Amino acid sequence: MQAEQADAGVGVSKWAIDAAKYQRPSYFTILKRFIRSKPLGAIGGLIVLLMILIAIFADIIAPYPYDEGQGSDRLQGPSGAHFLGTDNLGRDMFSRIIYGARISIAVGFGAVFVGTGLATLFGVISGYYGGKFDLIFQRFIDAWIAFPAIILLAFLVTILTSNRTGSVISVIIVAITLGLVVTGTSSRVVRSAVIAIRDQPYIESARAAGATNTHIIWQYILPNVLAPIVILATVQLGGAILAEATLSFLGFGVKPPMPAWGSMLAGSGQAYFLIAPHLAIWPGVAISLAVFGFNMLGDALRDVLDPRLRGSR
Amino acid sequence: MQRYIMRRLLLTIPALFGVSLIIAGMMRLLPGDAVDLMLQDYSGYAKDADELRAKLGLNRSFPEQYASWIGGVVRGDFGVSLKDQTPITEELATRLPITLELGVMGMTIGLLIAIPLGVFSAVRQDTIPDYLARSLAIAMLAIPGFWIATLAITLPALWFQWTPPLRYTRITDDLGKNLGQMIIPGIILGIGLSGTMMRLTRAQMLEVLRQDFIRTARAKGVGERRIVYRHALHNAIIPVVTLLGLQMGVLIGGTVVLERIFNLPGMGRFLLDSLNSRDYPVVQAIVLLFAAVIIFTNLIVDLLYAWLDPRIHYS
Repeated sequence: MQAEQADAGVGVSKWAIDAAKYQRPSYFTILKRFIRSKPLGAIGGLIVLLMILIAIFADIIAPYPYDEGQGSDRLQGPSGAHFLGTDNLGRDMFSRIIYGARISIAVGFGAVFVGTGLATLFGVISGYYGGKFDLIFQRFIDAWIAFPAIILLAFLVTILTSNRTGSVISVIIVAITLGLVVTGTSSRVVRSAVIAIRDQPYIESARAAGATNTHIIWQYILPNVLAPIVILATVQLGGAILAEATLSFLGFGVKPPMPAWGSMLAGSGQAYFLIAPHLAIWPGVAISLAVFGFNMLGDALRDVLDPRLRGSR
Repeated sequence: MQRYIMRRLLLTIPALFGVSLIIAGMMRLLPGDAVDLMLQDYSGYAKDADELRAKLGLNRSFPEQYASWIGGVVRGDFGVSLKDQTPITEELATRLPITLELGVMGMTIGLLIAIPLGVFSAVRQDTIPDYLARSLAIAMLAIPGFWIATLAITLPALWFQWTPPLRYTRITDDLGKNLGQMIIPGIILGIGLSGTMMRLTRAQMLEVLRQDFIRTARAKGVGERRIVYRHALHNAIIPVVTLLGLQMGVLIGGTVVLERIFNLPGMGRFLLDSLNSRDYPVVQAIVLLFAAVIIFTNLIVDLLYAWLDPRIHYS
């Protein structure tokens, strides 16, 4: 009951009105309406779903391992045995792209999880307590946001990794680093959402009833800023995947032999693009498709769930 | 107004000081120093390494190193590179114009794509051309610049046996040749920036076009073209200008990547190389310069804001 009231307060969309008029629609109906009103978002959702499935079942889908190739099969074009050809070490491109989805998804979700978590912590504290603390803390956030992200990322990844860092650990490090970089901007969004509700009567009445700050934050502030936080996270996934690819391309990303899409376009492979152009095509297609899918889904979700945030990006 | 500008300029000093201190500190956190990397093929000569460190001043404490560096910066001297002892100020003087040219080109091309496309899309809201333009904008956000750049070098070579020139020609040596070389990375940079700007232009146009003064203009018989360009665009463009300031980070990131791919001897490549060779003073100088560019762009954006919208006053 409480949750429904909160929904009706936030949603100006026609869904909320429908929900008030009739009964709460089933999830299937909601999905059908979403597909009809946001066809591009639905396509994005489909791409995202496919990508997640591919990432989970990479071991089953990929016909070859990602890190072993046959020397005799080097730089082959697309064929029956190698759907997308092979790279300069004779590794199957299709399998490498499939495993690459796993890295992109892991880094993307990991980064957004870390980033949104920290942003919520910083944003809620800074927005709720306000005052001098907020003023000073926001100047640090200013500096954090002003920094070119790529430079900050390259720096942090170099600090945190060494030649001995394993490739799996490097995935985690890249995800955390990306999360840290995302935190600045996100915490601003959370902070403004908190400020918008901070002085609402229901918060005031909770305070008058003697609730502690911690209680107010957990029981009233957090549930009411959850919608913008979820939207923010979805919208940022695409950007995080793109940033990971750029970082890998520059050689600051996930360590080889992990098949990150960005690093497939860089390094030793580059010398072979003229002989085997398929090496230059497929990783780029994969990155673009993934980012496109996440962006479309994020946009559509934002439009449907919270029209106030439209055009903020 | 003048007092406002003065105050803003004064505020940049502690900000830049803070940035330089943080970067200098972060550099020291990186594993290994310049000497380790220079001598990594000749391991075992610990005495030579120590001598070299003493010569480069790396044996001094961090506060000492920082103080002497920042003391030089205040007097306009960024020190010398640890790697090859060249004066950094001179090096930056030749590299900054290249990055600046690329950045200005990218920004101009980005605006030239984004604003007409955004206006076009808003005027024809919910028609097929609008959907196409919006999909194009989302595609421009999704397709990585480094991939377009890679294809721009690979595909013409494959199809026409032609590659974009990868040996840099100075703007002072041959203007035409220089522009011909910079235009391709410039366009790629512009495409990367235009997605966000186009979407904002469209959203703002839609909002402005719904307002009363537009209806009034229509009612008194102003032509549609004049309504769109004089009345609506003038008001819609203001938030897009603010976005320019926020996009500076993206722009600088883009130049770093594109300079590397197109072999342009600008600041970005210098930064990555120096980061890898732990050339502390060079990295500090470049990051300081980037930070200054970002801060000044934001100041200019704020001033532009007041100029475009007379309702805004700074004091």
